[in-house]
Amino acid sequence: MDIDWAALGQVFGVSLVATVGLVGVFTLGIVAGSPRAAGSAPSALARTGAYACYAVCLAAVAYGIYLIAA
Amino acid sequence: MEHITLLIGIVIVTALVFDFTNGFHDTANAMATTISTGALAPRAAVAMSAVLNLLGAFLSIEVAKTISSGIIDEGSGIQPEVIFAGLVGAIIWNLLTWLAGLPSSSSHALMGGLIGATLAAVGTGAVNGDVVVMKVLIPALAAPLVAGIAAMCATRLTYRVTRNADEERTAKGYRAGQITSAALVSLAHGTNDAQKTMGVITLALVTGGALAPGSDPPVWVIASAGLAIALGTYLGGWRIIRTMGKGITDIQPPQGFAAQTSAAATILASSHIGFSLSTTHVCSGSVMGSGLGRKGGVVRWGTAGRMVAGWALTLPAAGGVAAGAALLAQQGNWGVTTVAVLTLALCGAIWLRSRRAPVDHTNVNEVEPAAAPEAAGIPSPAAEPAPGREPESEPAGVVTTAIRAVSPPPPPAGVSAGAGGSAEETAGAEAASHSASHPTAHSTGRAASASSLS
Repeated sequence: MDIDWAALGQVFGVSLVATVGLVGVFTLGIVAGSPRAAGSAPSALARTGAYACYAVCLAAVAYGIYLIAA
Repeated sequence: MEHITLLIGIVIVTALVFDFTNGFHDTANAMATTISTGALAPRAAVAMSAVLNLLGAFLSIEVAKTISSGIIDEGSGIQPEVIFAGLVGAIIWNLLTWLAGLPSSSSHALMGGLIGATLAAVGTGAVNGDVVVMKVLIPALAAPLVAGIAAMCATRLTYRVTRNADEERTAKGYRAGQITSAALVSLAHGTNDAQKTMGVITLALVTGGALAPGSDPPVWVIASAGLAIALGTYLGGWRIIRTMGKGITDIQPPQGFAAQTSAAATILASSHIGFSLSTTHVCSGSVMGSGLGRKGGVVRWGTAGRMVAGWALTLPAAGGVAAGAALLAQQGNWGVTTVAVLTLALCGAIWLRSRRAPVDHTNVNEVEPAAAPEAAGIPSPAAEPAPGREPESEPAGVVTTAIRAVSPPPPPAGVSAGAGGSAEETAGAEAASHSASHPTAHSTGRAASASSLS
């Protein structure tokens, strides 16, 4: 019986890192893009940061589609 | 095309029916949490999933070439009758689990069916046992763990980061993220699962001599497989969506996002690395993980245990039905006809049974956990019977009770005796555990042990 532990471990590691990383980045984007207090708009820096986070997530989605198609 | 005999034609139609039930069954994987968090309206969610499944079918034919040659040795005289019988086993198991609202792996049902039919018709030599363990058993254990741990960590993290943020505002962002992840899952599903049907049709064409061994599936095969899976996805297995979206745990937008992202990441990682995991197992695991990750989140281990029992039964049950069908189908034309008629009759009966308590896009979200959230990790002791669930009053037959034993009632069986609905459920489960003639009757015991293990 030849169980491919290396591949299983790899799947586990990649899934964990990708999930936690993406969820973390996306959450940062949400937090940065929403106003601190009611009525005030987020600062320009925070907004840029939020967009950067979303861009990272979009890139990940594009890579995902590439993986599906490849 | 001119070499296609009547039998091959029947096999192709059966394969497309299986493909349809596959889409039908697996809508829940991508869309259950999306629907239950309200990110998309039920109809819109299944429509989006259907389109992406269709698109996915055209993206790649990598899997289609391997599914037919890995588990079963094509050179050892697999006849179209055997493939037909395998498909029948898979279809019947898919419909039974749909009736019970159980998310179970369609690919396992297909593999089980093909294995059972091959064992009955050809013998043990034609099944590669190592490949079965490697491709079916280990992934079935690993998938929910991998996806569940990832989803749990991600849920913890996202709640921690947003603990000071306004919930209403973040919910919008989470929903957008969740739709994207669900779209990826749908696309990957279309690519993977439509390809399995393409693989089966191609295998049938090869065994019938209409195609050279090792050739790619023709375009009409790809197109019809994609259409069948998309149609099934659009019609939506609402029963399973309800179990996944509401039955396992109560899902908030952050959890839905974490669960769906974990599912997408795990599915893509596994298929890219080549350690293929079942989409259903991955998605169920990630939903459970997200339930564990939220403070005050409750995972209903009774429902989860029933699902695991269903997974354990998938291979033998589909295989058993397929073995019977194979023995019958090998008798010649009358055998094949008998199997086809019996299958149609059984499918009709299952459908009629489902009409007694229909679940569709209007009531898919109506199972509400009545009990207040308990501390994380403690199984919900007494959820009240949900308002959306109609109490069943008809006398329970053997099959009905056996199905109910694996079906996920919102209140765990064996609690709150005062409530009419759950008392019925308990009685049904007990009756089923006595009806040892049916294979599913063993599941209550297994469900109990599985829930204590997890």
